[in-house]
Amino acid sequence: MSAKAEIEIIEEYCKGCSICVEFCPTKVLEMDAFVVKVANADACIACNQCELRCPDFAIKVHKL
Amino acid sequence: MAYDYEKSIRPGKLPHIWCPGCGHGIVMKGLIRAMDTCGLEKNNTAIVSGIGCASRLPGYMDFNTLHTAHGRAAAFATGIKMVKPEMTVICCGGDGDGTAIGGNHFIHACRRNIDMTYVIMNNYIYGMTGGQFSPCTPTGMKASTTPYGNPDPIFDISKLAIGAGATFVARTTSFHATQIDKLIAEGIKHKGMSVIEVLDDCPTSYGRRNKFRSVVDMMKRLKEVAVPVAAAAKMTDEQLEGKVLTGVLFKEERAEYTDQYAKLIARVQGA
Repeated sequence: MSAKAEIEIIEEYCKGCSICVEFCPTKVLEMDAFVVKVANADACIACNQCELRCPDFAIKVHKL
Repeated sequence: MAYDYEKSIRPGKLPHIWCPGCGHGIVMKGLIRAMDTCGLEKNNTAIVSGIGCASRLPGYMDFNTLHTAHGRAAAFATGIKMVKPEMTVICCGGDGDGTAIGGNHFIHACRRNIDMTYVIMNNYIYGMTGGQFSPCTPTGMKASTTPYGNPDPIFDISKLAIGAGATFVARTTSFHATQIDKLIAEGIKHKGMSVIEVLDDCPTSYGRRNKFRSVVDMMKRLKEVAVPVAAAAKMTDEQLEGKVLTGVLFKEERAEYTDQYAKLIARVQGA
């Protein structure tokens, strides 16, 4: 399965609330010492849920 | 391409001051998308707020913004709208700022049906000032000033707005991110007083005192309690126990205040 989007994370904006990790339906993201990181990029279905619910403007989903 | 929020935010203002997981950021994103949908011009839009966490919002927005005295957002916004009726005026604030300290201004803005959009972020608490209970802190829940549980019944902000005379009243939650911008956009387009109540989460002052282990638990609770108006019509009273209705709760057309005032001026000067 190939990724439907490229996820950009702005690390200096991320405060580590982990909302994006919890509500990602395909478990693309995970926490890495209080900052989110892309762990499973290929599984991304470009649903945009992480970007919509990130309160800190730290995630951008670039559809491919 | 991802949605470009930065074009509406003042350069160098991010990251914002809100706590990790605070829903105000989600509401701000919704507001930016809604303003974009309505095609609002920066020079012809004013965003007004009072004091509090939620009232920090206009400081980040690259529009005409006004950060006023505690609870007085609606009063200052009324002034702007009276002087410049062609401007789009948006108020932002929290539950304490809007319905307690500024309760009087809020209900009278609703009564006049002046054309503005009031986005109330209801996080059940006074977050910035130290977690005191607000009129929206649910009965029995803990705040810094109610360590044994809050004995007071709550204000239902949407019902208050409808009762006071607002002509567009809607409610959503910070979990329902796409609904936020749809409802705010509808409120901006509506001619008259629009109130959009967004149920929000305050993990720092409310959540940690009330046994929410994380902000994710608070978001899940918002997901569980929200029932769309259409679905609620088919449910019994028992099924609706403890639930909160979301969507457009009330809408009507009624004479708008600045229009009526312009007519008054024309009539008196013409006489």
